Amino acid sequence: MGEILKPGDADEVLDIIQWATNSAVALDIRGAGTKIRLGRPMSGLPVLDLSALNAILYYEASELVLSASAATPINQIQQALAENNQVIAFEPPDFGKLMGTPSGAATLAGILSCNLAGPRRIQAGAARDHFLGFNAVSGRGETFKSGSRVVKNVTGFDLSKLMAGSYGTLAVLTEATIKVLPAPEKVRTVLICWAQDGSYDHGGVKALGDAMASPHEVSGAAHVPAALAHLSGVQFIAETGSAITAVRVEGPGPSVEHRCRELRQLLGRYGSTEELHTTNSTILWREIRDLDFFTHDMNRLIWKLSVPPSEGSRVALKILEGNPGDALYDWGGGLVWLAMEPREDALAEVVRSFVREVGGHATLFRAPDKMRATVSTFHPLDGPMHSITKRIKEGFDPNGILNPGRMHDDI
Amino acid sequence: MEMPKPDQTIIDRRSQIINDLHSIVPGEGLIADEGELKAFECDGLMAYRQLPLVVVLPETTKQVSQIMAYCYKNDVKIVPRGAGTGLSGGALPLEDAITLGLSKFNKILEIDYDNRCVTTQPGVTNLAITQCVEDRGFYYAPDPSSQIACSIGGNVAENSGGVHCLKYGLTTNNLLGIEMVMMNGEVIRIGGKHLDPSSYDLLGVVTGSEGLLGIITEVTVRILRKPEIAKALLLGFESCESAGDCVAAIIGAGIIPGGMEMMDTFAIQAAEDFVNAGYPRNVAALLIVELDGPAPEVEHLISKVERIATNNNATYIKVSEDEEERLKFWSGRKAAFPAVGRLSPDYLCMDGTIPRGQLAYVLRQMSILSQKYGLRVANVFHAGDGNLHPLILFDANNEGEMEAAEALGADILRLCVQVGGVLTGEHGVGVEKRDLMGEMFTEEDLKQQQRLKCAFDPGHLLNPGKVYPTLHRCAELGKMHVHKGSLPFPDIPRF
Ligand SMILES: Cc1cc2nc3c(=O)[nH]c(=O)nc-3n(C[C@H](O)[C@H](O)[C@@H](O)COP(=O)(O)OP(=O)(O)OC[C@H]3O[C@@H](n4cnc5c(N)ncnc54)[C@H](O)[C@@H]3O)c2cc1C
Ligand SMILES: Cc1cc2nc3c(=O)[nH]c(=O)nc-3n(C[C@H](O)[C@H](O)[C@H](O)COP(=O)(O)OP(=O)(O)OC[C@H]3O[C@@H](n4cnc5c(N)ncnc54)[C@H](O)[C@@H]3O)c2cc1C
Repeated sequence: MGEILKPGDADEVLDIIQWATNSAVALDIRGAGTKIRLGRPMSGLPVLDLSALNAILYYEASELVLSASAATPINQIQQALAENNQVIAFEPPDFGKLMGTPSGAATLAGILSCNLAGPRRIQAGAARDHFLGFNAVSGRGETFKSGSRVVKNVTGFDLSKLMAGSYGTLAVLTEATIKVLPAPEKVRTVLICWAQDGSYDHGGVKALGDAMASPHEVSGAAHVPAALAHLSGVQFIAETGSAITAVRVEGPGPSVEHRCRELRQLLGRYGSTEELHTTNSTILWREIRDLDFFTHDMNRLIWKLSVPPSEGSRVALKILEGNPGDALYDWGGGLVWLAMEPREDALAEVVRSFVREVGGHATLFRAPDKMRATVSTFHPLDGPMHSITKRIKEGFDPNGILNPGRMHDDI
Repeated sequence: MEMPKPDQTIIDRRSQIINDLHSIVPGEGLIADEGELKAFECDGLMAYRQLPLVVVLPETTKQVSQIMAYCYKNDVKIVPRGAGTGLSGGALPLEDAITLGLSKFNKILEIDYDNRCVTTQPGVTNLAITQCVEDRGFYYAPDPSSQIACSIGGNVAENSGGVHCLKYGLTTNNLLGIEMVMMNGEVIRIGGKHLDPSSYDLLGVVTGSEGLLGIITEVTVRILRKPEIAKALLLGFESCESAGDCVAAIIGAGIIPGGMEMMDTFAIQAAEDFVNAGYPRNVAALLIVELDGPAPEVEHLISKVERIATNNNATYIKVSEDEEERLKFWSGRKAAFPAVGRLSPDYLCMDGTIPRGQLAYVLRQMSILSQKYGLRVANVFHAGDGNLHPLILFDANNEGEMEAAEALGADILRLCVQVGGVLTGEHGVGVEKRDLMGEMFTEEDLKQQQRLKCAFDPGHLLNPGKVYPTLHRCAELGKMHVHKGSLPFPDIPRF
């Protein structure tokens, strides 16, 4: 790692970026560094460490809005929200354990910049859907803002969406505003416990489709094949020894009970059903969110596939045919996590060609630095998409000083 | 309102351009006759009118691509147009620009129940999407009041909302994919049936971009199962403050209703006179709160909201008995614009958003402004998300009244920004709010937004004169300022 620059406030960020862009010095932009192993490694670049930009600036519970400095830890925000019975509804994951970086330290800007979201994505949206506004310094060395502190706003281009998922390649966020929501009063999970003798990927994804097409406002829809289920921290699941399909409902007590009953009836034709209550539900959805199932063997590669939900299991099983590994399904089948034995080419061509067939994209999510330096971690961009992406980058960071190459070769 | 100076050389080439376009879109897809062009001279912001150079109504993406490539090569400007219901002048024609209408893109292409989405051409109306899936119990959630007429392409371009977007989100939260033709004629596909992009979120950027980035030729949206039941409450209050407190208390109790709308006395009387919705006439503010979901949830929440309303001094509480009554409650709100419109030859519909806590203050200031200008203002309000729709009544035949109405509107929007809100919650900037952008944004903010525009349309050929008050040339915007020289910050810790 190169030298570390640690600005104390947004003005100092501006100073540093102005110097960097004048001197054509590229920077590795970090909140707290929990996601440095996502994307191409930024080896040797000076680090712009934003961790001193850490404070909740505005929180008005009745407005459902919170603003904080860029590197405010998500944990700190969640604590403040909990005092008012509110949450960040998109369930920011904590991939510390999965990636071998510190847990519980992720920052607001880091989560937004990577547009990460947990199981509730299917109901509440992703980070991008909750990102209302920001202040930032562009790679041009200019301060600018976009959006606002109200939830409904169409004034000008929605640059928050652009910043979400741009992995620090366009501008350095110094402050961000997000929408927050009331915490669900109650949570329960309906489980389908499949028979002992198979992984039931297709059956599980089909059942998830049924649940999501029901009027029961499902807020989590995952399938855990038997090979992974036994690793669960929920004793009941670890002990069944079979694949499980999990469907979460949240809301006021009477509603949750009613919907659980209805869902058990709907899903009963697939196998025996069980219910998890609050504590066990919380454990299960956290381990699905953070991919605890893949933290046992850190050598395995992890692919993240985003595909049409009904295609999830077909794509996964085609890839796994002849290539040993495990699949975990979230988002009703639309999010497929694959853990696979390491190979030099990361099997990138195979994975991406199957994904291309059904529409979607594949990200090489966990792999050694050396591999991420050669295999493209993000789904390669085709002709026109590549040129538009490059022109956008040039509009924000013409000298290419912000996380250059982190997402794509020349972006 | 000053529009960019028309390019006389383009106007002089009109007949050549018509000929060239005819070879791309033959027959009636090209409209050049002055009488017929009249139908396109404005959108829902009817105070502004301009005949387009010519209107072209292509039917295929290929034709759109050819038109765009032609315009790109020949420096001809384009104004995209959906159904023309926009309220901010986004589809207002320009004298030297082609209006490209998408009304012939009127087919629903695919209904995919397995993935719970519908793929459609952009000219299809918002309501038609719900109609094509409702026999299977599904619907498309964003429901602008104009939903029988407005196009889904226009919804994407404006990021439209509706009374149910408090719980179910705006267009941007319900959109999965688009096909778009770029200014140079290239066709790109963004998103699809999967969630989230792998690279920059271009879908999020195009949504709400008001026709400035490309022509949307296909749209994929997610559909939801209809809630088991829905019930609405009518709540009357003696002051707007109490109504505002009640809204805050409902949200404070952790309830996000399907819809939560507020009307002031003026709007209540107008709606009641127009459609007889059964509203109480002796209240200062009326809330419509709708709860949807499984029956036990709705019953549970209705009684909770009733209790909250009582605690916040509601003087009138009525719960809808059946579906017919629920729709009746809504009929007044949905007809509020025309109902107020009946009382005056002309009206302007404003669209600011404010932090909800500022409601009482903003309403008080607004009534002071209304007196100052001598113009009546009625208020309907998406109370749940702080989106205000003040309706300013005026008569354009009275000398100076339209200008006064516009000045009052601008003052109201400035007030919204002052209290921490924004110029527009769902109707877009268009030409209407263009010159107020400086109230919210610095020159740097606006320049950075336009650099995004330059990545899509470097020649400013797409819908110029909309949204941004000053058009900077892209080459100008790309120039870098040289900042301070060497590392000048000894105080910053370095490791
Ligand atoms: C090997 C290693 C090195 C570490 N180095 C450091 C260190 O140098 N300093 C330190 O404080 N902790 C460091 N840590 C500690 C630890 O990783 C953090 O505590 C952690 O919480 C993560 O922050 P984050 O979630 O914000 O993710 P990050 O990795 O910081 O951010 C994720 C993504 O968002 C982008 N991003 C983050 N903030 C912004 C922003 N403001 N604007 C635009 N883009 C942004 C990043 O460039 C990146 O693309 C290190 C840990 C490890 C294992
Ligand atoms: C009575 C009434 C009630 C309304 N209620 C609401 C409401 O509740 N909520 C709300 O949000 N809005 C409302 N509106 C405003 C309006 O209906 C919406 O903005 C709607 O989305 C506009 O759609 P349109 O097809 O009419 O688009 P147009 O008015 O034709 O165009 C709007 C903008 O989109 C661009 N555009 C259109 N189609 C495309 C395309 N295919 N590709 C690229 N750009 C395109 C145009 O250039 C223009 O800038 C209301 C309007 C009226 C008249």
